Amino acid sequence: MTFALVVEQILNGLQLGTMLFLMASGLTLVFGVMGLINLAHGSFYMAGAFVTATVTATTGNFWLGLLVGVLAAGVIGIVVELLVIRRLYDRGHLDQVLATFALILIFSEGTYMIYGSSPLFLSVPQELRGSLNLPFGISYSRYRMAIIGMGILVAIGLYLLISRTRLGMQIRAGENDREMIGALGVDIKTLYTLVFALGAALAGLAGSAIGALQSVRVGMGEPVLIMAFVVIVIGGIGSIKGALVGALLVGVVDTLGRIFMPLTLVTFMPPSQAMSIGSAISSMLIYIMMAAILAFRPHGLFGAK
Amino acid sequence: MKQSIKLGLGLAIAATMTVAQANEVRVGMITTLSGDGAHLGVDVRDGFMLAIEQSGNSDVNVIIRDDDQRPDLANSLSSEMVDREDVHVMTGLIWSNLAMAVIPSVTRQGIFYLSPNAGPSDLAGRMCHENYFNVAWQNDALHEAMGQYVRDQGYENPYILAPNYPAGTDALTGFKRYYDGELANETYTQLGQSDYAAEISQIRASGADSVFYFLPGGMGISFMNQYANSGADIPVFGPAFSFDEVIVGALGEAAEGVINTSQWAHDLENDTNEAFVAAFREEHGRTPTLYASQGYDTAKLLLSALEVAHPEDDPDAFREALRAADFASTRGEFRFGSNQHPIQDIYVREIVADGNGGFTNRLIGVAMEDHQDAYVGDCDL
Amino acid sequence: MTSLQNRLNPQTLLGGLVPQSREHWINVVLVVGLVGAAVLAHFLGERFYINLASRIAIIAMAAVGLNLALGFGGMVSFGHAAFFGLGGYVAGIAAYHAFNMTPVLGIGFMPEGTTQMLSIWLVTLLVSGLLGLAIGKISLGTSGVYFIMITLAFAQMMYYFANSWPNYGGEDGLPIFLRNELPLVDTNHHLTFFFVAATLLLISLWISQRLMGSRFGAALTMARMNPVRLATSGIDPQPVKLVAFVISAMIAGLAGALYADLNRFVSPSMLSWHFSGELIVIVILGGVGRLYGPLAGAILFVLMETWLGGVTQHWQFWLGLVLLGVVLFARGGLMGFLAGRSKDV
Repeated sequence: MTFALVVEQILNGLQLGTMLFLMASGLTLVFGVMGLINLAHGSFYMAGAFVTATVTATTGNFWLGLLVGVLAAGVIGIVVELLVIRRLYDRGHLDQVLATFALILIFSEGTYMIYGSSPLFLSVPQELRGSLNLPFGISYSRYRMAIIGMGILVAIGLYLLISRTRLGMQIRAGENDREMIGALGVDIKTLYTLVFALGAALAGLAGSAIGALQSVRVGMGEPVLIMAFVVIVIGGIGSIKGALVGALLVGVVDTLGRIFMPLTLVTFMPPSQAMSIGSAISSMLIYIMMAAILAFRPHGLFGAK
Repeated sequence: MKQSIKLGLGLAIAATMTVAQANEVRVGMITTLSGDGAHLGVDVRDGFMLAIEQSGNSDVNVIIRDDDQRPDLANSLSSEMVDREDVHVMTGLIWSNLAMAVIPSVTRQGIFYLSPNAGPSDLAGRMCHENYFNVAWQNDALHEAMGQYVRDQGYENPYILAPNYPAGTDALTGFKRYYDGELANETYTQLGQSDYAAEISQIRASGADSVFYFLPGGMGISFMNQYANSGADIPVFGPAFSFDEVIVGALGEAAEGVINTSQWAHDLENDTNEAFVAAFREEHGRTPTLYASQGYDTAKLLLSALEVAHPEDDPDAFREALRAADFASTRGEFRFGSNQHPIQDIYVREIVADGNGGFTNRLIGVAMEDHQDAYVGDCDL
Repeated sequence: MTSLQNRLNPQTLLGGLVPQSREHWINVVLVVGLVGAAVLAHFLGERFYINLASRIAIIAMAAVGLNLALGFGGMVSFGHAAFFGLGGYVAGIAAYHAFNMTPVLGIGFMPEGTTQMLSIWLVTLLVSGLLGLAIGKISLGTSGVYFIMITLAFAQMMYYFANSWPNYGGEDGLPIFLRNELPLVDTNHHLTFFFVAATLLLISLWISQRLMGSRFGAALTMARMNPVRLATSGIDPQPVKLVAFVISAMIAGLAGALYADLNRFVSPSMLSWHFSGELIVIVILGGVGRLYGPLAGAILFVLMETWLGGVTQHWQFWLGLVLLGVVLFARGGLMGFLAGRSKDV
């Protein structure tokens, strides 16, 4: 295996990690501020992708599609928060799991009713096709590189939002003491709606960006959702820093595991067996990592007690 | 209850049946109408029903249920079909794992099963049954033909990949059964995987001269999209399952130039096929996939045997009529081997621009003539 | 709190046939209704409905297991499909090796499978108990959302493993060509198999009832509601919860073994997170922490699935709406609706 290939695979892992971060940051914010566990987060991912595909197909402009997709996911987030989610804040996790599980069913089947069963067409915009030549003979997909860049921008933006703005101050206050900020005269209901919409829009952004690489179809949000949960649990629920570290860790481990696990096993067993056992183990790898981390750090890497 | 179910399904045929008629033939269709793989079931159903409607045979009563691609649900639906609906013939299953869960017990209860899609190796070999007929193909067929084609075209170093599950390993085994040269690599991916960046990097670095993949449904769309985008230019080959008209529509130009094997093509020139494709487009406003042709052929086979005998009154005569396969297939020539699986030509198609801004499959040749599955020897029929 | 103890007091519950409350009567109606429906279906020759009743009984049993952890112990497990599926695979693998006459797991000294349900059940109880012990031991180090997610992670590991392990069918699953056997009775007879399933369901209900009526049950309730107080009274809450989790896993595993025999088929879908979710749904639909809630929930869920599935292709949409309605507006579940809100759950 050449050096260039190893670097390329690490970049692949980082790209997966970036995408997971977009999903996980919303999940972890919503949990940190409102104490809500939201299984339906993957539905916003799907909604973003579907709207982007539809708008791109009608206007022919991917960037417009992306913008509308992200906005639409945010708006759907607001509607869902107003109708359902805000009734769940003072409920137990059990009710939250169940209600948002119900939302998954409603969103998935609802999308079937509207779009039917065929996957939608969405492709990478012309200007980002092909690959980029980097030093040391490394070449890497422009579009994936752009996703990594976008992830870095979002991470910086979130950092500035939370540390520098009034909204961020309220979010931090909300994480520490929910009653307190209500008493301080902050409109807590609006704050919650905004935070939820922000999370939904980030998920929509992830779905729209990834939709161009993968297939836009019902159920596309579920595998990503489960991985995003692994990420926030590893990072510590409620911690944006944890979400970032967890996302990159999961992305890189999952990607490299898929490639290196079979290659390692092939040294001491027949190739076809090594292939199937290797890929069996690598598919379990991130869950094993999560269980191991939780066994030693029950609140994740950066979780508050 | 029964009546409301059928009305709810909007089956005009079923709804008009109020009492069982003497010649009524009850057909139970369990197929996948929801989930990732729904377009396969929808096309099988639409193809099947088109043939039934065209025949004007009002004795055939088709009861359709959705299995949601879940083996346990398929199983309970099949007991509903057998025990409550008293069906004579069953059909419709798309997936091999569902087929293995349902078919052995159904055929043992004296019911005929005509498979419009799934063809697991066990049912072609050691577990074959006189009441089981496969109208589509044994699962390995298209992969085998592609192995042959890649060999014939002089490729010497293909990179092959499939998901790590039984149909995936069967696909690669089938490919290697006829392609006996060197391999650049053999990779198993995760079932349901949606990001193939890591595998594509491996492929590009492997020095392969061709890529063969079997990734059904959404997996194939993701792979091909990302592959085309990565700037890789190694030619791609696959079975038609990865390149049916619906998938080609979702892929757009990413799929241009891909070669795939199929037992049928929408531009195959014979009278039956031309009439079928035209009628299907007329009725549903889309080009049929191979699954639609399989559903259509299955119904045609059933109708041809019903001309001879009723499955309950004279099962032996009905079975003989099925074996004779005396119907006009959309594939041109069609006959059964001794294990009641097809012996048929496997064609090669290429994905090209259709001239209206979209893309479509075009027939370019024949990969194997009179292809028969490798398991027929294990079957003692 | 105190009323729960009263309700679960052995004397009031087992005090015999003297009806104590509306809930008691509803419990009787549920059981008699299910058995009556199966018997009626038998005499009407409707085998489909007998199988449907068996399905309800088995799913209810798995939910009874989950209810012990989730309802009584407050442990929101999002991974009970792991035990259910494991039980299924025990039955499937035993039958597979008995059919092919090869040693279990391909290891020389292992027995050549079995078709005896009793041995299968024993092995199932053992392995699902052990798995429950391992998962419970690690998971109970965490709480809240972390507990939900770590149980999910373990179930996902099992799911992916079963999907890609080629020896037992992988994603294709494993057919059981002949239903496993019991001494003296014919398990292939539909009504007989229903009675086998119903008997095991009643036994697991009885075990939950005895357990919750005992000192152990009081400790478990306390561990859920006020662990600090339990600890100050000299009882460590963790072992109590662990034991409840293990028993819960064993009941779910046994239900899985029966389910595999009912369908004569086992596949990774028994291990999927959707199934874990459905089990939670059933427990909550029925009413959390109600002894017979899982039965009520299972009846409702399976009937809804069958009926809605017949009416519309998009039945899951309506199921979602119903669920949402239950969570938002009918918090006691079906039992809460029928028997009045329980005061302490």
